[in-house]
Amino acid sequence: MLPAAACLALLGGCAGGLEGEAELAFTNAGEVASLDPAAITGVPEGKLARFLHEGLVIKHPRTLEPLPGIAESWTIRPDGLVYRFVLRADARWSNGERITAQDFVYSFERLLSPRTAAEYAYQLWYVRGGQRYTSETDAQGNPRHAFETVGIRALSERELEIELEAPTPFFLDILGSVPLMPVHRGTIERMQKLHPDSWRVEWLKPENLVTSGPYVLAQRRIQDRVRLKKNPNYWDRSRIAFETVDVLAVEHLNTMLNLYLTGASVWCDNLPTHALAKLKGRADFQPAPYLGVGFYRFNTTRPPLDDKRVRRALALCIDRAVICEKILAAGESPAWSFVPPAARGHVPVELLHAAAAEDNRAAARALLAESGLSLPALEILFATQTINKDVAEVIADGWRRELGFSAKLSNQEARVALDSQKNLRYDVARSSWVGDHPDALGFLEIFRSDSVNNRTGWKHARYDECIDRARRALEPERSALLREAETILMDEAPIAPIWFFVTKNLVSPQLGGFHENALDEHFPQFWHWKDQGGGRR
Amino acid sequence: MSTRSLWRWPRPSQTDEAELLARAARAQGTSLFAMARRRIWRDIPARIALLGLSVLALLALLAPLLPLASPISLDLARGASAPVAPWSADWRGLWNEQYTGEHWQYGRVDQALHELRIELFGKRQLAPLLGTDSKGRDLLARTVFGSRTSLSAALLAALTSLLIGVGWGAVAGFVGGRLDNLMMRFVDLLYSLPFVFLVIFLVTIVAEYRSELEAGLGLDRESVFFIVLGCFYWLTMARIVRAQVLSLRTREFVTAARSLGASDTRILLTHIVPNTLPVVLVYLCLTVPSVMLFEAFLSFLGLGVEPPRVSWGLLAAEGAEALTPLSLDVWLILVPSLCIALTLLAMNVIGDSIRDALDPRMVNKE
Amino acid sequence: MKRFLLRRLLWFFLTLLAVITVAFALMRGVRGGPFDGERPLPPAIEKNLRARYHLDWPLWKQYLQYTGPLNLDEHGPQWLGGDGTRPLGGVLTGDLGPSFRYRDFSVNDILAQSLPISMQLGALALCLALLIGVPAGIASALARGGGFDALLRVSTSLGIAVPGFVLGSVLLYLFSLRHPLLPVAGYGTWRHWVLPTLALAAPFAAYAARLTRAGVLETIALDHVRTARAKGLPESLVIRRHVLRGALLPLLAWLGPAAAGILTGSLVIERIFAIPGTGTHFVNSALNRDYTLAMGVTIVYTTLVYAFNLLVDLASAAIDPRIRLEESA
Repeated sequence: MLPAAACLALLGGCAGGLEGEAELAFTNAGEVASLDPAAITGVPEGKLARFLHEGLVIKHPRTLEPLPGIAESWTIRPDGLVYRFVLRADARWSNGERITAQDFVYSFERLLSPRTAAEYAYQLWYVRGGQRYTSETDAQGNPRHAFETVGIRALSERELEIELEAPTPFFLDILGSVPLMPVHRGTIERMQKLHPDSWRVEWLKPENLVTSGPYVLAQRRIQDRVRLKKNPNYWDRSRIAFETVDVLAVEHLNTMLNLYLTGASVWCDNLPTHALAKLKGRADFQPAPYLGVGFYRFNTTRPPLDDKRVRRALALCIDRAVICEKILAAGESPAWSFVPPAARGHVPVELLHAAAAEDNRAAARALLAESGLSLPALEILFATQTINKDVAEVIADGWRRELGFSAKLSNQEARVALDSQKNLRYDVARSSWVGDHPDALGFLEIFRSDSVNNRTGWKHARYDECIDRARRALEPERSALLREAETILMDEAPIAPIWFFVTKNLVSPQLGGFHENALDEHFPQFWHWKDQGGGRR
Repeated sequence: MSTRSLWRWPRPSQTDEAELLARAARAQGTSLFAMARRRIWRDIPARIALLGLSVLALLALLAPLLPLASPISLDLARGASAPVAPWSADWRGLWNEQYTGEHWQYGRVDQALHELRIELFGKRQLAPLLGTDSKGRDLLARTVFGSRTSLSAALLAALTSLLIGVGWGAVAGFVGGRLDNLMMRFVDLLYSLPFVFLVIFLVTIVAEYRSELEAGLGLDRESVFFIVLGCFYWLTMARIVRAQVLSLRTREFVTAARSLGASDTRILLTHIVPNTLPVVLVYLCLTVPSVMLFEAFLSFLGLGVEPPRVSWGLLAAEGAEALTPLSLDVWLILVPSLCIALTLLAMNVIGDSIRDALDPRMVNKE
Repeated sequence: MKRFLLRRLLWFFLTLLAVITVAFALMRGVRGGPFDGERPLPPAIEKNLRARYHLDWPLWKQYLQYTGPLNLDEHGPQWLGGDGTRPLGGVLTGDLGPSFRYRDFSVNDILAQSLPISMQLGALALCLALLIGVPAGIASALARGGGFDALLRVSTSLGIAVPGFVLGSVLLYLFSLRHPLLPVAGYGTWRHWVLPTLALAAPFAAYAARLTRAGVLETIALDHVRTARAKGLPESLVIRRHVLRGALLPLLAWLGPAAAGILTGSLVIERIFAIPGTGTHFVNSALNRDYTLAMGVTIVYTTLVYAFNLLVDLASAAIDPRIRLEESA
């Protein structure tokens, strides 16, 4: 019969899979947006990019200390403004060509260029002339200034010099981040000639892509997997332990968990909240402090939130212990400062509070009484997720009991919620901030009056001044300025910090070279199977 | 009638005639509806289904009054626990005294029912007979409260589809010609749009204007959501009604009414639309299951009913999420799915029964 | 016949145009854009990004650029001010544009990779559904009133009444988690196809069985079948030659919308079993505000629905000579 025949015919075309299984497989949250380092913004993209590309530095898996990557050594001028890198002689692209300083100049220019419209171009705005190069364009969208005005120069084939606007102690960390990883100029230009319409997608195809990292792109099927093969020309190829790696794109959280628990994946970092309680105490689940903070923003342009006593009262009245232990339940710690303790070399300044919750509540009530204002039914805005709602409920409940007003809960789809915050259409909003690099400035500068990430309408002249001066200062003045800024922030309380993030990775105990760290960045150069030894660091 | 002279009726005897007249006097003219009602009642499965649904509707209406646990109170320490069989040794008793009284925003009637419940039962509540979910919430209570949302979703959606669909189809079928063509083309166009898209958009747009809607129309997000659902089901209803109206339009009673001087509107409203009701009723019985499944589908994608409200679809979606090697809590998915399945089964049985009952071909097989 | 096809084609293009317009309006009408990530971008960068994807153009211009056939950007025809390297573009020339979210792919690429997989899944499921449903429906109709009939009626009613993801999850639980017989998720070997196909086929098998049963019951009572029996033909011949043709008509009529429904049902199945089909893109593109992918998927869906309906109408006319190919609803 007809249906039966059709069935058989289709079954024949069934086996459209890839050849064989990879040595190592792990899940990623959905299909990555891009493999191009300049186009990458998200965590899943970063995970994959660290397999394909390598920058001037790589980071220690535990301490995140910058270690030599493509650059074998570097010197920094005492004023902290000029960095000189010496590249390895044996650093090669996956097609055998040598990686030169000119490659880095090209890649950095590409990152800064307004034509590329790279979202992380601002990472290079620490370089002299960088911001101007990106922002000032002519009518056709080309940069108005020549790239020679930007402080990036190739002194020779193996020497690269970068001049900064101001001393930036975390610049080496930035150089190890994904957007600053180099791309192969020859491939891009060849594709531009061959496919003038579609070169943007052509150069990233497996048959064309040339990479600098430990792996090359072997095959890719959208929404299914990215298959990587060991890069035979990588400078440290003897250390690379896996021949093939599969990065599986999975949308559904439960499916990711199931794949890990049935052994099909060795690493799962997106865990459904209902599973967290069951995973506690397992050897393969060891949450560690993560450089992120969850907090509530106050719209300081709306009375009575324009009075800092009201804001501080609201901030004091949040039951952080219950939120961290009962709702988040993965080992998060209560946050009384904005900058997490994991930030390098910074002593956090905390919101003035007592040790006992009851004292805090009393202080809150006193502050509110002192301000003489009464609170209307404020609306708590959050992106639609159960955990956000649960947190909001606890907080609203606490505010109702202690401060005597009923807060309303309002959830919006993530993008719409973001839009609302941008346009200051909210009262109180749930928000979070994760650091790109382990320095306090990255956290504190978002509350500068003109920062797009401010989104509270809060302005403070002295705070801006502290931040501006800290950007150009050297130690120990820098730390003092940052502490002063954080003191102002905690005193004015345009935000109420609630909890510090932890990493949530389920990792197979067999995988060596994988360590929890504060940025949750994992460099596969160090990975190996534990029972086979290997790994020198 | 002029042919009567060609016929000769066989005349019955005197007693037979009296008997016949007596029988005729007893016989009452039955309408199609009355006959159908009788026939449905005689069909055992349909009777059971009707009774079952009535009980369900009653439970749903009176949910705040029943001595159930709170559907939203968490017990994180307890976590998920399986349903306990009444005959097992683990039996801890039917009641306990731990009612917390937590609930989401109630309307006035529900609030009154809730206060009555507190007066009647105090802190007593039924033990978690159907188990609890991963946050310790009582599944029995959530199921009963979920039935409210699911049933009202289905009813509101069905009502919306009824109003829009019958109106659209009746006008199109009755007026005919170019207007009919235009209206049906519009229906075809809407059919071609992938509804998932539209749902996502409409849900987002509705969420944006939620506060205005709440203030202006007194509708909360849930009701608006259900009305939006209804807007997807009127298309088929319009088509069905139009087909029915097309065939009714040519019948004698319409011509008769028109010759009596009735206006078009009057004919439409009082003659044609009531006669489409049988078909509409059958389709409504089939819409309700569709809506419930669609609602479950949306809940799975995270676009449906939002916590703290529960619906069967949301419970089923949460139950599906609970099926991991860490926690094989099968009851969390079985209970709501069974509820959905049984309700749908009942509606299908009733729908079939109505269709059979109103089938004119079966009239002679009485 | 030719006139019929021509009219259908014309209506298809008009519908497609209307669908594109409505979808375009809806997409742009909702708040939040494709580049609103967790972090807002510095204004200069946001400006550059929007310029690259022509989001800073007026809406009508974006619409015309998307629909085509003329390319309105700097590579357009020279008389429009471009450099003439790419005068044509847009949907009318078959170019569905670059994906806003998946920067490494054009929408054509994404559809080319994912659509065959979805269609394969759908076709397998449909075939399986028919293979199981039709014989079951016939058997149940012939054994009407018996135990088998009752069993079938109950199981089909249940099959229709269970949400798709419930069935998928339960199958996953039974055959993958509880007893590790089949893989949990993914795509590759034949083993990965078993559970998704079963989960997707089940409700359609139930529908098919019910429709076939109803169709057979109706046809069996008709005159020409009674005549055939009266002529003394063996029962199996009666069924095959006379009953089946008429009975399959309602099934065919249902196949059109059912095929479209499978595409939607596969949304849930593909999500649970991590199958790289088009279903995932339906929801994600709307949530990600991936304008071009969303429009591309809409267009594909509309085309498929139209194509199926056309095939169904043609097949119905072939089976039942009483049906004429008309435009009546």
